[in-house]
Amino acid sequence: MTALTRRALLVGGALLVGIGPARAALPGSLAEAPRIDAWIRLDPDGSVTVLTGKAELGQGIKTALIQVAAEELGLDPAVLRLITADTELTPDEGYTAGSHSMQDSATAIRLAAAAARALLVQAAALRLGARAETLSVADGAVAAPDGRRLHFAELAAEIDLDAPVPEATALREPGTRTLVGRPLPRVDIPAKVAGGPAYVQDIRAPGMVHARIVRPPRPGARLVALETEAVAARPGVIRVHRDGDFLAVVAEREYAAVTAMRALAAHAVWQGGTPVPEPDALFADLAGREAKRTIIHEAGAGTPVPAGRTITAQYRRRYQMHGSIGPSCAVAEFDGTRLTVWSHAQGMFPLRKALAEMLALPEVQVRCIHVEGSGCYGHNGADDAAGDAALLAHALLGRPVRVQYTREQEHLWEPYGGAMMTQVSAVLGPDGRIADWDYAVRSPTHLTRPPGAGQLLSARMLESPFPAPPPKALPQPEGGGDRNAIPLYRFARARVAHDFVAAMPLRVSALRSLGAYMNVFSIESLMDEAAEAAGADPVAFRLAHLDDPRARAVIEATAARFGWGAALPKGRGAGFAFARYKNLAGYCAVAVEVAVERESGRVRLVRAQAALDAGEIVNPHGLRDQIEGGIIQAMSWSLFEAVAHDATGPTSRDWSTYPIARFPDIPERLDVHLIDRPGAPFLGAGEVAQGPTAAALANAIRQAASVRLRELPMRPELVKAAIGV
Amino acid sequence: MPTLTVNGRARTVAAEPDTPLLYVLRDELGLNGAKFGCGLGQCGACTVEVEGRAVLSCLTPIGVLEGRPVTTVEGLGSPEAPGPLQAAFIAENAAQCGYCIAGMVMRAHALLRENPHPGEDEIRAALRLNLCRCGTHMRILAAVRRAAGRPSPAAGGGS
Repeated sequence: MTALTRRALLVGGALLVGIGPARAALPGSLAEAPRIDAWIRLDPDGSVTVLTGKAELGQGIKTALIQVAAEELGLDPAVLRLITADTELTPDEGYTAGSHSMQDSATAIRLAAAAARALLVQAAALRLGARAETLSVADGAVAAPDGRRLHFAELAAEIDLDAPVPEATALREPGTRTLVGRPLPRVDIPAKVAGGPAYVQDIRAPGMVHARIVRPPRPGARLVALETEAVAARPGVIRVHRDGDFLAVVAEREYAAVTAMRALAAHAVWQGGTPVPEPDALFADLAGREAKRTIIHEAGAGTPVPAGRTITAQYRRRYQMHGSIGPSCAVAEFDGTRLTVWSHAQGMFPLRKALAEMLALPEVQVRCIHVEGSGCYGHNGADDAAGDAALLAHALLGRPVRVQYTREQEHLWEPYGGAMMTQVSAVLGPDGRIADWDYAVRSPTHLTRPPGAGQLLSARMLESPFPAPPPKALPQPEGGGDRNAIPLYRFARARVAHDFVAAMPLRVSALRSLGAYMNVFSIESLMDEAAEAAGADPVAFRLAHLDDPRARAVIEATAARFGWGAALPKGRGAGFAFARYKNLAGYCAVAVEVAVERESGRVRLVRAQAALDAGEIVNPHGLRDQIEGGIIQAMSWSLFEAVAHDATGPTSRDWSTYPIARFPDIPERLDVHLIDRPGAPFLGAGEVAQGPTAAALANAIRQAASVRLRELPMRPELVKAAIGV
Repeated sequence: MPTLTVNGRARTVAAEPDTPLLYVLRDELGLNGAKFGCGLGQCGACTVEVEGRAVLSCLTPIGVLEGRPVTTVEGLGSPEAPGPLQAAFIAENAAQCGYCIAGMVMRAHALLRENPHPGEDEIRAALRLNLCRCGTHMRILAAVRRAAGRPSPAAGGGS
């Protein structure tokens, strides 16, 4: 915001000083929370607490944040305390999403820790009568060259961290770092492998009761008759709760809640529902829906359309789900005034707004605390579970209520990654390069998260329902359905359109990488189609259209390490793809080798090689694991996963009706090469592998079996049909 | 009331014999290791050992477990003093969200008990019953190989 204001003040090349905010925007989340003690607290005993508004989702953010803070403060990482997203304690950093945590939160924490170090040094310089620049900070103390030391505890009373982080805060020099850039072991793994309390599912509050929800048999069905007496009379059942179409049962013990839920479901009569297009009609339906077109990119519009060979293609993607291994869970407690909710949702502050609105409570009376759950990969059932726990806690004063969804509820009711379509038309000029590019992506929204109460599933079902807010498109440059729709390649003429479809038959929201998965799949598939038409090597063809040296570096490293161009056995194929996530975050190239079984159409990922540039590396293992995980997850999405549905709604209710990759599907080798850029800004990396993996697989299938797959997932039946066996 | 032997201790539990072991472990005995993932025997997050063999605790009623020792991940070590297999998972960063990991550890533990030096295909075959959604598979495989004293596949090259 401040940067924009400042830019606006540049009139005719002259900066008009003294009007508007004088400060340039501080980097990362310091722009919203500029004070040191928003991020770093120093107790009188010298102990340091780090605060972040971001949440651990399994991406290893806790470890990386501890590393940057410990580095700047000269502390053993083991002594740092870290508090993650909590509406009462931490800064509001919105959602933990969009691969923003390092660039937003780690940047802020790092600078706040450096600013705290500077204050400690100043205070020590005064006490010791020494020049600040001669002092060093290590092991929780400030030391003078003559050996005198002052522990942080001795300085704590003399410094005030309730001060802004100065613009000129100096970080430790890259060459002197001892923690940043090192593979510090993940701080959260020991508890996870040994049964320590690690998840919201592990909360056992005194007096806590267990709730289970009874959902309609299909979306849009209404509860028309309910017999509750038999269930309410079951031993251990505390309450059968009904509010409109929101139906739940609460019991003292968990298994009693499970059996009561089953019994209650048998006593509920539902009618109606919202029709869904049959799977065969899915794309015809999407194509026919009203859409709002935005031209998000136009280059060379004044120049004539060049002559050349035109290559056109359409790509499609079916609904896909987050499929968290642990169904969503939440615990809530209401004392008559204050509501406290423990949740694994991605945004505690937006969740607080939604809960406050739903229960007509002032926001200050609602506290949301993040506790880890199973990995979410976007907007899964976590917010809904928190909403349900809040509704039930509100009805059961003083009893903490734990809501645990069933597998079927998570599968059927989570908001999916939406079905999408793209259309590309490219003109290959006489020089063998793309001279004109015309691209359109048709997509629903990729964000239906809180803060609106109407984004909570059960809030829509109440006697006095909160309607779902109208879906919105996310704006460029990050985009939603149009995320990564603008190619990074240099084309003389290009036009990119986003056709935003507001009304969708199935509930949709953010799934890891949003539209980037589909857009990168489309662009990188078309690049191979064009390279083939030009008779060019796909890697060389990409490089011929790229100026950015960092983009070129990941492509060249991937190709070299993969052994690009080497002959492969019959039935095998190699494929390549590249993207810079959102065109502004991490750079990633992926090369894969696949084996295609012609008779069955089955595709197996044999090996993969990736290279990543995410700016300065804090924890190389953390980054490697994000890319490894991204490739395997995207392989699973791209080869196996589509939400099954019929005319009444989704039918993918478990892992047999929504199969995902298992160990025999895992590649023999998966190598990730990291390019470190010490001193460069952090670039988000958590979602960058999704799109390139999908396209690399399609491109490899093309080479292995001479067929071009343009629909995700590339299931065996599609491959087999394309091969024509 | 049924008596169970869990991690070497006899425990009398206030639960009906048809109660799945998972709920007894988590709610009666306060153990976090076994996880509710599907309740259908499809994902393996609830895997524990019964008499040394991997069992899905979400499908196993406690009524069939009298006198049959149950081991959960807590029985292999603690966060502060992890057992050798747990230490291998920690050393290999073999968890992202980690929700599936206790089940993976128990599945691998049962495999190594039966077959201390499994081949790569045997490891993958044993773990196929357990789902991981974060894509931590390469790390999990590395952890099991490490615990089995097997080298990782050689770096460089490919197939």
